[in-house]
Formats: sequence, C-alpha cells, structure tokens
Amino acid sequence: MDTVNLIIDNKPVVVKAGTTILEAASGIGVHVPTLCHMKLSDLNIENKPGDCRVCMVEVKGRKNLVPACCTEVSNGMEVNTHSIRVINARRTVLELILSDHPADCLICPKSGKCDLQNLAHKLGIREIHYQGEQSHYRADTSPAIIRDIDKCIMCRRCEMMCNKVQTVGVLSAINRGFYSVVSPAFEMNLDHSVCTYCGQCVAVCPTGALTEVDETGNVIRALSDPSKTVIVQTAPAVRAALGEEFDMEPGTLVTGKLVAALKRLGFDYVFDTDFAADLTIMEEGTELLNRLSRKLSGDKDVKLPILTSCCPAWVKFFEHQFPELKDIPSTARSPQQMFGSIAKNWFAEKLGIKREDLVVVSIMPCVAKKYECGRDEFKANGNPDVDFALTTREFAALIKVSNIDFSTLPDEDFDNPLGESSGAGVIFGTTGGVIEAAVRTAYELFTNKPLPRIDFDELRGMEGIRQATIDFGGLPLKIGIAHGLGNARKLLEDVQAGKSEFHAIEIMSCPGGCIGGGGQPYHHGNAEILKKRQMALYREDKNKVIRKSHENKYIIELYKEFLEKPLSEKAHHLLHTEYFDRT
Amino acid sequence: MSKIKLANHTIQIVKDVCAEFENKEGELINILHQVQHKLGYLPAEVQEAIAKELKIPVVKVYGVVTFYSFFTMVPHGENPISICMGTACYVRGAEQILDEFKRELKVQVGESTSDGKFSINCLRCVGACGLAPVVTVGEKVYGRVAPNQVKEIIAEYSNKNVTDDV
Repeated sequence: MDTVNLIIDNKPVVVKAGTTILEAASGIGVHVPTLCHMKLSDLNIENKPGDCRVCMVEVKGRKNLVPACCTEVSNGMEVNTHSIRVINARRTVLELILSDHPADCLICPKSGKCDLQNLAHKLGIREIHYQGEQSHYRADTSPAIIRDIDKCIMCRRCEMMCNKVQTVGVLSAINRGFYSVVSPAFEMNLDHSVCTYCGQCVAVCPTGALTEVDETGNVIRALSDPSKTVIVQTAPAVRAALGEEFDMEPGTLVTGKLVAALKRLGFDYVFDTDFAADLTIMEEGTELLNRLSRKLSGDKDVKLPILTSCCPAWVKFFEHQFPELKDIPSTARSPQQMFGSIAKNWFAEKLGIKREDLVVVSIMPCVAKKYECGRDEFKANGNPDVDFALTTREFAALIKVSNIDFSTLPDEDFDNPLGESSGAGVIFGTTGGVIEAAVRTAYELFTNKPLPRIDFDELRGMEGIRQATIDFGGLPLKIGIAHGLGNARKLLEDVQAGKSEFHAIEIMSCPGGCIGGGGQPYHHGNAEILKKRQMALYREDKNKVIRKSHENKYIIELYKEFLEKPLSEKAHHLLHTEYFDRT
Repeated sequence: MSKIKLANHTIQIVKDVCAEFENKEGELINILHQVQHKLGYLPAEVQEAIAKELKIPVVKVYGVVTFYSFFTMVPHGENPISICMGTACYVRGAEQILDEFKRELKVQVGESTSDGKFSINCLRCVGACGLAPVVTVGEKVYGRVAPNQVKEIIAEYSNKNVTDDV
C-alpha cells in the first residue's frame, strides 16, 4: 500500500495515498470546518461537490487555497488549516452564504441543530459585510416534508441522497448562477412528484431548507381535549435514538424513560408498535408460508419472492417505479397501520367509545409515516386509523416544551394489551430485522419444530445488499435484504427480469433501516451513530423473555378473541391492503 | 407526475432524435438541441418524453434546459426577433429599438404575440458590430436599425401565414 508523508499544521502525518486533506487532518485531530461535505463511512455514501468552499486550506507553494474535502494529499505537502489567509477566506465565504440566507434563526425549525448556524458560531461571525440580492421561492408543503428553499445553500446533499442513494430522482439543481436551486422538475410541488417521502433529504439537509411537517401542535390539542381518549404507539427504532436528543451516548436504550415521558405528557394508554410488528409477522409470515407451499405443490401462478411491505416510502417507490410488480409485495399493512386498525376497530369498542373519540398518535423514526397515515385506504368515513405521526425529533421537542427532565425519569412499562412485544418485534427497526423476525416464526410454523437457534447473524449487518440461505427443515429458503432504495432497485430489476432466486426479500428505504430513518435525531454524517443504534436494538431483543412473535401471549389472545387466525377474513379486512399504479 | 399528452408525431420526433443518439444519457445536450430545432421549443411534456427514452429522472433534463439560456420552454414566434444587446449595439441605441418592438408587439422579452407570429429575445453580439445596432428576424439580419424602422420590419412579416409545428 502506497503511503504519503505530509505536514498538517506543523505536524508530520503518514496516510494512505488517495486520502483527502480533510481525512488526513481529521486523523490527527484537526477538524477542518465543512458544510457541503458529508460522508457516511461503511454505507458508501459521500457528498463532496466542493461547492461551499468552507473547507479551504493553504498548501505551501500553491497560489490558490484548495478545498480540503476534495484535494488529495501528496508527498511533501505542507498544509496550513488556520493561517490568517485561510481564516479570512473561510469567513468571507460564510458571510457570502449568509448574505443570501434568511436571518430568522430564532424561529427556524432547525435552530440549534443547523450546520450553518453552528458554523457561523464556530467562526465567530458577528457581522455580514455583504448586502445584496436575496433569493425568494415559494414554500412547498407536502403531507410529510416542507421545502423552504430560501434556506437552501446548494450543498446538494439532498440531491445526492435522492439520486445516487435512493435513485428516486426528484430533487436536482435547476437554473444557473445566483438563481440555481434544488427543486423537483418544473418546480412542481413534492406531492405531484414521485417523491417517496423517505426523508433522507431532510436527514442530511444542513439547514432549515428541508424539514418535516410539524404535528406537535395537533397532538397537544388532542391531549388537552377532555372528550378524547388519546393513545400512543412507539416504533422500535425510536428507543435506540431518542436519548441522543438529551445528550446521551448514541446507542443508549431509553425504552423505560420513553414510556415514562409519554405517561407524563398525558397519553391515556402508552402502547408499543412492536406489538403490531409481532402481528405483522403473524400475517406476513403466514402469507410467505402460503405462497411457499403453493409453489412446492406445483402452482405456477404463485408470486415469489414475497417482498416485505412495512416501509411506506418503499411502498410508494414501487407504486411509482415498478407498478407491474405490485402483486409481489406482501399485502400486510405496516405495523403502524396494523396498530391503528386494531386500536380503532377493536380497542375503541373495548373501551366503549366511538372511533372518532379515540385519537391514535404514533412516534416514528420516519417522515413517510406522516404520509402513510393519510392514505385513503387507512381511513373509515374519513377518520384515519392513525391520526398523527410524530418523528423522534418532534417527540423530543414535545418532551422539552413540557418541562420533562428526561434524563432523570424512572423506567416505566408499556400498558396492555397493545404494549407487549417479543424481541422479534424490537428488531423491526434495523435492516435485516423484519426478515429475521419472520424467519423465527415461519420456521417453527413450517417445520413444526422449535428453532435450533434464535440469532441469525447471517441476516445482520450494514452491507447495502445481503443474502443468506436458511435451512427450513431441508428446504433451503433463500433470503435477500436491501436497505436504501437504490439497493432495492437492483433487487427489483432482477425480479422484473425473472432472474431473482429469492423466496423472500426484505426492503427498507433508509440506510441502516428505520434506525437511520428520516425522522431520527440528526446524525450529522456520523455513521457510527447508526451502528450503535442497531446494536442497541439487538441488545433489547436479547434481553426479552419472549423472542418470537407467535409466542406473544397478547397476540395469541387477540387472534382467539377477535381475529380468529392469520389471513382470516377479518384479518384480511383489517390488517391487509392493496397497492396502486401511480405512474 | 403529469401524464404525457403529446401528439403521436411529436412523440415520434422525440423518439427518433433520441434513437439517433443511441438513447445515451451523455448526449442529452445534443438531443435537446435537435429536438428544439425540430419543435421550436421544449415544453414539459417533451422533456418528460426525453427523460423516458433516456431512462433518467425528468428533473435532470429540466436542470439542463434551465441551465442553458439557448433552450426555451415557451414557443418562439413564427418570426423570432432578436435584438443584439452587445456592447457596440447597446451604445448605439439597442435599448430604444427593443423598447419600440415591445411597444409595437405588446409583449415582453422571452414572450410571443398571441397570434404566434412574433417573439422577442435579446442576444449578445452576432459579429456584425459595424452594423450596430443589429436586429435579426429569423435568419435575416437588419443593420443600423433606427427606432422609426421597427414598424416597417414588423410589417414585412405581418401578412405571412402561420404554420403549426407542435
């Protein structure tokens, strides 16, 4: 391996050839400020257009300053990251960016988490010496994402996510020079585009240009309405990330505190989406086994592989991009919607109240869930099964505004009957988790034998596309896993071409799965955070007494009392859905 | 996204041009040039058809169309009038000429008259600075144009018939 010797801020450094100045500096603890640059190591995600010019450094012997993020090191290079010339240039660049940026930081939804604001603070900007034209654009509100493009600084992180990682291709740079901006084609609104609302643009936006639709006000109003019973469900990935909003180490599990916070906020019942995840496994797992046995008995019309259908962005993706494959995904609704359906159609009756008087709130790592709960097929007479979906970030804001000291809260338990879950339900929040949960149940139902082991390490990891073969009592069950819609597209193209050999494929839209969801605390480009969240979910799974969905006694009771059996007519009506051609 | 509502022969033109360039993404600019040459402009539906042929997101096509001022999404008039705003023409009164055209035709720069006969655009230097100020109508060049000649130039084209291209 070729190495390069250079000097950065008077310190000798030895790095691999091909390393950038930025990476070499970071290796010796010199953190050159950046704005457009973002790298998620291990996920193969990098944005370095060299646009913002904030990371300029001085290289001895070169006439011009160079951008550290996209300049490779060379032997004998002498780099100065904080000479007067560098500091002046950096401040000038930032002042120019700020001269075309609204100064409404006090009321901006990104305030406190904004990379631009942090940078202005770090560089000690106290005055903007340049006054010129400011760009003004129409704000664009969709069911899940708000675009406030006056705040766009053209870092193009969202464009990279939308095109290279997700291959959705909605957002891209248009126009020229001062007038260039990131937009959908023909400046159409997002809700007219093929946007999936995965929210990965929101997850990486350094400013307040892309944010989620804020539903906290609606939730507060519902909680203070005495005529309403307000219940809440929390998705698995939330408990592995919420702590970050309260300065805890990434990967800290805060399940008990999260429940305590929800009880103090005044929710009448605090339930768990993990319960609905177990229910999803019962339905989806049974569907897999049905298709499998039909295939084995020689039925040529049976659609395999079966694709998971928990992720609303993924559902919208194939409805737009692969409508001819819409019979292949499982018809099982997502856990959020299964929960909503059971809550409004069964739990409301149990409480003796009308569905209109029961408000269902969900806490999700996701912005697409806001769109999902608004889909018409998940409403009865206009009343949605899930009324409001809050992101992990909005939930944290709600806790803060309500004077709850999160870090000192005691651990409390979910309520029953919709709060009990297995470890299988917990791992739904990470890539590989849904299919592992399905395997745990489907294996035992298919073979009538207890699982020889519960942990399927071959299904775990962070690789974008993974595959494994699980021995189903002599039948080699071939499983594919993809996270990130670009990876999903590759597997789908194989299915389309008839080349796919998988029996089942799990797809999650966000890198890492829901732990890396568009509604999670901002990772600011640190992929280690995602890995720690993933490890946290596997830890929670390991600590559960019940680790297989079909052994959750509340699930067993729900079928006995109400649903009869998986794929029953009632289950079909309440827990399954259909997909639409959106081209 | 809106459904493509183009006449079949227009779609065929787009398909033929794209095929000529082997449906290569890298040929996008050439394809846009050719299609605009044939259709006169690049409306949204045409951009969607090109995107479909090249299997790229339509916003990528739109990005290129909006980047280069040569490409236009509104149809030129049957007689596209260009007023040179290069330095030489400008100092010799191009602005008054432009104002006169705008007043006579009741349209702004980049627009077409409602009967589709004329459109006005500005350009920078046609390489005939000795003739400043210069106006072109279609391929024809008019030199040393004075504001009182604007009416005459328009009249030359007013009685020709309009043909429908798209």
